[in-house]
Amino acid sequence: MRRSSVPIELKASFPESAKTSLRDTQLRRNLGKATQTIRGKRAAVVNEMPDWENLREAGRAIKQRVMRHLDHYLLELETAVQRAGGQVHWARDAADANRIVAEIARNHASKEVIKVKSLTTDEIKMNEALGELGIHALETDLAELIIQLADESSSHILVPAIHKNRAEIRELFMRKLGVEELSDEPAALAEVARRHLRDKFLNTKVAISGANFAVAETGTICVVESEGNGRMCVTLPEVLVSVMGIEKIIPTWQDYEVFLQLLPRSSTGERMNPYSSFWTSVTPGDGPQEFHLVLLDNGRTQVLADEMGRQTLYCIRCSACLNVCPVYERVGGYAYNSVYPGPIGAILTPQLRGLENAESLPYASSLCGACYDVCPVKINIPEVLIHLRGRVVRERQERQGVRHNLYPEDLAMQMLTQIFLDQFQFERVQRLGRLGQEPLARGGFIGNLPGPLAGWTAMRDMNVIPEQTFREWWRSRYE
Amino acid sequence: MSNAREEILRRVRTALVDVQAHEQPNHIPVDRSYRHHDDAPRSEIVARFAEEVADYKAVVHRIKQSELSKTIAEACKRRKAQRMIIPTDLPQEWLPKGIEGIPDNALTYAQLDAGDGVLTGCALGIAQTGTIVLDSGPRQGRRAITLLPDYHLCVVFEDQVVGLVPEAITQLSDRVHQTGSPITFISGPSATSDIELNRVEGVHGPRTLEVLIVA
Repeated sequence: MRRSSVPIELKASFPESAKTSLRDTQLRRNLGKATQTIRGKRAAVVNEMPDWENLREAGRAIKQRVMRHLDHYLLELETAVQRAGGQVHWARDAADANRIVAEIARNHASKEVIKVKSLTTDEIKMNEALGELGIHALETDLAELIIQLADESSSHILVPAIHKNRAEIRELFMRKLGVEELSDEPAALAEVARRHLRDKFLNTKVAISGANFAVAETGTICVVESEGNGRMCVTLPEVLVSVMGIEKIIPTWQDYEVFLQLLPRSSTGERMNPYSSFWTSVTPGDGPQEFHLVLLDNGRTQVLADEMGRQTLYCIRCSACLNVCPVYERVGGYAYNSVYPGPIGAILTPQLRGLENAESLPYASSLCGACYDVCPVKINIPEVLIHLRGRVVRERQERQGVRHNLYPEDLAMQMLTQIFLDQFQFERVQRLGRLGQEPLARGGFIGNLPGPLAGWTAMRDMNVIPEQTFREWWRSRYE
Repeated sequence: MSNAREEILRRVRTALVDVQAHEQPNHIPVDRSYRHHDDAPRSEIVARFAEEVADYKAVVHRIKQSELSKTIAEACKRRKAQRMIIPTDLPQEWLPKGIEGIPDNALTYAQLDAGDGVLTGCALGIAQTGTIVLDSGPRQGRRAITLLPDYHLCVVFEDQVVGLVPEAITQLSDRVHQTGSPITFISGPSATSDIELNRVEGVHGPRTLEVLIVA
């Protein structure tokens, strides 16, 4: 029997996938343009905020408070949502969540549901799971619709179809939506999407959304967006189901004053995104009269258990770290083999799936720290990356027992440990190296190391050991 | 799925073994030393609101109270809007002669969709971000009426405009706590940048937003 969801899949490693992505020149051009544009917009609107650093610090502290008392806030949120007439469901994993949503759709005899762009539902592959049960989940965000029609996956959190140009989109719409004449003007393409989806918005009974934030105190949920498809989905259908990770909680309504300033500026580089919808379960005479909130774990408690990694859960999915990352800008989203790409994906994915299932990702970074500088909730991504690299090695050592002693990198590290432990040993090795490097050195650099060391110089030149080392010079001062 | 609930809570508590039992949420300090209030003169705040709303490609007019009905008539005429959806409590004097106001007495979605536009008031304006806030309060109606028509003509009184986002959140607090009524933040017309990052105004929401700022 086929399972409705597969939580852990064997994925290609980051270096393998990056090689493929780097060959796609169209993707690199589009990504370069996109990240540069958004970086500029973000910088402009952040610079006009004299209290930006204060807001970041407040955002970080609020999220820290939530994570350290998540059980308390989850129960408070549950009570608030129920008090306002909503139903709360708990999902340990993707299978739980997809089953809950499918049951709700079935209870309303719905063969088609409309969806607001949601990373969380992408993470649990909800569209596929519902599809297997004969329920079509229709994406209503323009980029998500493009990707769904093309049967592809997202390459950027915020602009998922960034890898497609207008000619490709035009061709796709003509083929899949039966439009006969169409220009490749973005406005004309958007008009096609508007007409195609309008009827669905007016007549579909069940909608599914994610949640950007949920207030524990009042149960008020927020979805931010640009196109209006989000407003349509949370307003027009009879039934609304919101699927949210358990970490999306904020304690009080007042806390929106922090996050509604941090998110739009960090994300799209706007002072405010065009539409933000807030709702508190159900309101008689306005909007869906049946509301379900699905609280999803799916590995988040694993992240929570790592004291250093815990801050990963502060993430508000703005994508600022993607846009400043020199690695992401070149390899794009696919190389990360996850719905969460870029620097945040490099720390979130391994922790959600288990390190052994994504152990190359903590290395997908140059540790330049640009991601930390722009993170609106001050997640110290480089710090977590280094911590996870340490865990990758330790866990591999534990898995392999004594055999890890034969792993070349471990061997080299053990040797270096011995050398660095003893001053005289260290100097002896330097002197030896100075002799040995003679035939390899060219103009002060070594371009190709021999044998197993060749990997070190595959991407970089190495400085030669100088005629006189610092230690030798220091001693010579007293002679 | 009560066993899922118990299991998740158990996992959370196990994950948080490092958090001492006596630690309360408010023991984690939150430094709220960001700006809470815009001290600029009122005239400047209102001017900034007008500027920011216009920056989103919305059409903005600054008028006197006595010009309200006349300006609404002109706007509808430019737009060739004859049949305007209105919330049931819209002040009668707002609606000019010659424009048919269709009160939302539980209109169907098809009826809302067929309207030439919608005319409403609002709860607040935020100068810092050029945002119009609807909270289903007076002169606003339910959410669907400002969503389905393609044209939204919105009246904002100058004394409804606040400076910063925190001021707006504070003002909305009572309503959220007391009624839990839905709230919508609108900053310009619906837009997308999904195709080659070119901004296109108008996808699913009203494609034209016209704002009358009344002194």
